[in-house]
Amino acid sequence: MERTTLDLWVGIFVVGGIAALVMLAMKVGNLGTYNVSEAYQVHAYFSNIGGLKPKASIKSAGVLVGRVTDISLDMERYEARVTMSLDKRYQFPKDTAAKILTSGLLGEQYIGFDVGGDEAMLKNGDELKMTQSAVVLEDLIGKFIYSKAEGSTN
Amino acid sequence: MPVAKNLRSIGRRVVSAVWRVGLATRFFLLTLAYSGTSFRRFHLTIKELFSTGVMSLIIIIVAGLFVGMVLGLQGYETLKRYGSESALGVMVALGLVRELGPVVAALLFASRAGSAMTAEIGLMKATEQITAMEMMAVNPIARIVAPRFWAGVISMPLLAAMFSAVGVFGGYFVGVIQIGVDEGSFWSQMQAAVDFREDILNGVIKSFVFGTVVTVIALFEGYDAPPTAEGVSGATTRTVVTSSLAILMLDFILTAIMFRGN
Amino acid sequence: MPSKSLVEIRDLNFAYDKRPVLEGINMDFPRGKLIAIMGLSGCGKTTLLRHIGGALKPTKGYVKVDGQIIHELDQSGLYAMRRKMGMLFQFGALFTDMSVYDNVAFQMREHTDLPEELIHDLVLMKLHAVGLRGTHSLMPSELSGGMARRVALARTVALDPMLIMYDEPFAGLDPISLTVVGDLIRRLNNALGATSVVVTHDVQESLKIVDYVYFMANGVIVAEGTPDEIRSSERDFVRQFVHGEMDGPVPFHYPGGDYRQDLALGV
Repeated sequence: MERTTLDLWVGIFVVGGIAALVMLAMKVGNLGTYNVSEAYQVHAYFSNIGGLKPKASIKSAGVLVGRVTDISLDMERYEARVTMSLDKRYQFPKDTAAKILTSGLLGEQYIGFDVGGDEAMLKNGDELKMTQSAVVLEDLIGKFIYSKAEGSTN
Repeated sequence: MPVAKNLRSIGRRVVSAVWRVGLATRFFLLTLAYSGTSFRRFHLTIKELFSTGVMSLIIIIVAGLFVGMVLGLQGYETLKRYGSESALGVMVALGLVRELGPVVAALLFASRAGSAMTAEIGLMKATEQITAMEMMAVNPIARIVAPRFWAGVISMPLLAAMFSAVGVFGGYFVGVIQIGVDEGSFWSQMQAAVDFREDILNGVIKSFVFGTVVTVIALFEGYDAPPTAEGVSGATTRTVVTSSLAILMLDFILTAIMFRGN
Repeated sequence: MPSKSLVEIRDLNFAYDKRPVLEGINMDFPRGKLIAIMGLSGCGKTTLLRHIGGALKPTKGYVKVDGQIIHELDQSGLYAMRRKMGMLFQFGALFTDMSVYDNVAFQMREHTDLPEELIHDLVLMKLHAVGLRGTHSLMPSELSGGMARRVALARTVALDPMLIMYDEPFAGLDPISLTVVGDLIRRLNNALGATSVVVTHDVQESLKIVDYVYFMANGVIVAEGTPDEIRSSERDFVRQFVHGEMDGPVPFHYPGGDYRQDLALGV
């Protein structure tokens, strides 16, 4: 086949387009930072998850260690069952506690790990026993008003 | 009876619009059926990739840069009020990848490449080139229409990706370099919030759908244009109007399907 | 065995939405001859050509080319038939997105597996035959009207067709180009041993080159004969047409209402 400058331009166009896609995937998206294949699953029950959503981040000491993969309501306990996928590189003791936290006042909710002191490490399919639910702003305000009202009657 | 007359003219317009939709669908299916040539003799498609894709590069890149810069500026002004300037990267990237990239790139594509396709095919018809080809026992849908169709379908997602990528850099330029948002949080928050499958692939699917629709409309309008100067100019206008409306309506439908419940 | 005529047209009728365009046309184009179909604009000449090319279906009657009835052929049969035909369009209809070379090579590339070197030689030979070998790298937009017509002619005969149709080949040409194109039509017909049909209203130029003439008006044949017979014809219509007289059977005025009444309305 004869090579023409037209082919060169079309080549530049196609390569540029694919490069843009790769750039979007790696630099803008999360394909470069988060790999599902090297992960293990654990789950935990929360009485209230607030605004937690699938794909929310899981952080330990502020470092991203995994993501929430699934949220469902357990029909025996009437609690939220949150499945998490954690990076294989990070191992946590069995008595690690999971807390639902908020980044900033109005930011996204995420799960923070408080690392325990157990010798045994979490394995695939384990449950995190100690959890702390999300702080619901309405409850907080309600409590505050209630205590104020109580205080003022005395 | 003016009322009855108006009703009748409305009815006639509706019927003819539905008729054209049917015609365009048949035209689209014919194009698919006669697509063999576009791949067997791929250099035909490459030639069209040049005139649709490469020729649209400059407008797409310049527009993407400016849209990204505006997003950076506006986003910063809004986010500053809530003290979350660090989310600027998220806002710019999600806005571009999910919506503005596919939609604005498709609108530009419709007015740059789509109108050119309509005018070219309309003129080919007006100067009897299409009849001549038929008389030479060559199927014009296989030889003229299908390579242009595939060139449009291939180039649209690539153009939209370039638009978004350049736009992100436009936002980066304004937000980080000009205004001074923290570079680390700009990129890291973006990466944490933009999901490859959920956001980027869906954006690519959107632009693929838009590319198909715009190209079919452009080719059909050209092929269906009355072989006169007014006929071709009217068809060119219709291409831009119809495909712009189609892009925006389809965008709503696709967005509703793809991003519902998040 | 092949019949004497390459094209036989028998009792051909055609109507657009009940408006008759052709009525009871009978024609014979003998092999190797150059035939002219003349008539006023809109008399159905081009429609007739489209029937020969199979682009339209007759409402009654048939067109037979090389022993086959055109409108009874299926798609592949029709395409096979069209490969043996060439058609020159009114303004050439060169493909504007291809060079002169690619235009002439178009059918060779589409319909044959000839190697590119052979196509190269064939294209240059065809272009040489119309005197435009030097233009092969130009685009159609860089050609003058007469040159474009000649390139289109080279493209029409690219695959050595047995039947060549010319739709208004003289339209819009200057006197020199006109003579050149007329001469080429005659010479190509003889050189290729083809049968040619020229649809035209250019009387003087075509009477010089053709073997037989059909005159059409309002969808019927009104006169036919050799050029000499036509020139000396005493029939009013033919006389008016051949000599370009202003008034005759074909009136100067389009039918309208009373002239005085029309003017009074404007006052």
